[in-house]
Amino acid sequence: MTNIVAASGVRVHEICKSFPVPDAPATSRLALGGISFSIGAGELVSLVGPSGCGKSTLLRLIAGLDVPDSGKLLVGNEKIAGPNAERGLVFQDPNLFPWLTVRRNIEAGLAARGVLREKRNEVDEFMRLVGLEAFANAYPHHLSGGMAQRVALARALINHPKVLLLDEPLGALDAFTRMRMQDEVLRLWENRRTTMLLVTHDIDEAIYMSHRILIMTPAPGRIDREIHIDLARSRDRTSESFLRFRSEILEHLHFAGNAADVSA
Amino acid sequence: MNADTTAPDKLSTLPWPMQLAVPVASLITFGTHLLIAQKAPPLETHSYMLLFWEILGVSIVLAIAQPFWPALRKWMRHIWPIFTAAILLLGVWDVITAGLHLLPLPYFPGPAAVLRSLISDRALLVDSTWHSLVLLLSGYTLGVIVGLISGVCIGWSSSVRYWGMPLLKVVGPIPATAWIPLAMVVAPSAIVSAAGLVALAVWFPVTMLTASGISNTRASYLDVARTLGAGRLYLIFRVAIPAAVPNIFIGLFMGLGASFLTLVVAESVGVKSGLGWYLSWAQGWAEYGKVFAALIIMAGFFSTVMTLLFKLRDRVLVWQKGVIKW
Repeated sequence: MTNIVAASGVRVHEICKSFPVPDAPATSRLALGGISFSIGAGELVSLVGPSGCGKSTLLRLIAGLDVPDSGKLLVGNEKIAGPNAERGLVFQDPNLFPWLTVRRNIEAGLAARGVLREKRNEVDEFMRLVGLEAFANAYPHHLSGGMAQRVALARALINHPKVLLLDEPLGALDAFTRMRMQDEVLRLWENRRTTMLLVTHDIDEAIYMSHRILIMTPAPGRIDREIHIDLARSRDRTSESFLRFRSEILEHLHFAGNAADVSA
Repeated sequence: MNADTTAPDKLSTLPWPMQLAVPVASLITFGTHLLIAQKAPPLETHSYMLLFWEILGVSIVLAIAQPFWPALRKWMRHIWPIFTAAILLLGVWDVITAGLHLLPLPYFPGPAAVLRSLISDRALLVDSTWHSLVLLLSGYTLGVIVGLISGVCIGWSSSVRYWGMPLLKVVGPIPATAWIPLAMVVAPSAIVSAAGLVALAVWFPVTMLTASGISNTRASYLDVARTLGAGRLYLIFRVAIPAAVPNIFIGLFMGLGASFLTLVVAESVGVKSGLGWYLSWAQGWAEYGKVFAALIIMAGFFSTVMTLLFKLRDRVLVWQKGVIKW
């Protein structure tokens, strides 16, 4: 079932974003200090970095849920003007609507745009895509973490987004489920070649999945390093070259961590 | 007693004590009543006796039928202990009032006298119940509709909240019954004023709980819906309101309680019909048998309405109880 849609690249140019400090309303903290990078159409890129470095902020900006203080955000050639079904977002918490069954949750992607009536026949396809036909009438409450996250993926994908933003989508899963889900997400990517931007804490996950890894450093958040993962798929997590990438990134983050401590 | 020795899944009959509980309890209560009736000045006890013959007969028939009907057995196992206690309680009431005269007459008649009032005034009681029902439903419905609308507006829009919340906080806590003097002047008829008061009593809790439910909708649900391409109407009606439904039901329950109270008071001061009116009318004639009769009807009436609302909640919030909908 190949279902390639028109994917779009993303361009992030000199983005700054600051937030007010809760204790001192007059001052503000710079979360992103002039970030620039771009993602090619159909590319799978990971953002890795310590917590608080602005990864999620960046993702929210690209999703259109927040507005940057300055800089330019483009999807394809269009400026991002607000949230849109073209840019799907999946959080660490699946955030399924608990009052809807699995099937209704997946339909919600269509219903939100008001196209459910015309496209209802696609729902079965996406239920099958994530292997949840048997749970169509179950409520989210009854699903395991992995199943719930698959529903969330299907709900985002049913809109055929040009870009899929993933904010630590597998972060809450146990190690085994997580590795299985990594393969599932890759399978979805291979089917659809959607542009994906994956925020993760897990370095193995980033190496296993992405074409390219962007390493971010905090205070203010900026891209510190870019690493191309030129390994053939499917990747072997224990291969020498895989481990080389791993130690390279770990060393880099360790160094970045020390530098932050010294400056603090 | 061989029931104890058989395995539980082969137990096809209720244990003897449970089978006999209700007939024995009704015989005790009934026997006590006969003793009291002989001692006291002559009482009309015919209908009360009839009631016990019926209870006795039905409970014996059910005890005979239950081995052949598992659903009935399950129901009896659940309900019989409390039913037995209720019958014995009738006997205690009888002893305290008609038997030993421990409570002053005419304020505390015995159960036989109350049953007599219930039967002799049945036409008026049915009529009063009907009027109360109509008044309750019209006032409650109006209050819920207005409360939902104002609650959603206050919960969703920060500018409506700015102007609406102070009004709600200042005016809302006034008990609806405190408006009676004004309502009687303003409204075209007593019925309209009573319905308005009931609506007002319901409006406040429904608005308050709906507004807090809406404004406490998890931000991430709204974010997800936005990235799915949802517009404002979808966000309000398909995300915020469903998310607020558990809260809204709390408001509906609080409103229902307030509406019962307001209904009874409003009926007893202005309206010339309904259970509240009947209650104060019976009190005026010192017919306390009728007062108790009205109280019994109210208990049945209000608890039925409350049960219906619970049933509705169980249906609507089936997802919250974690029950799979088939």
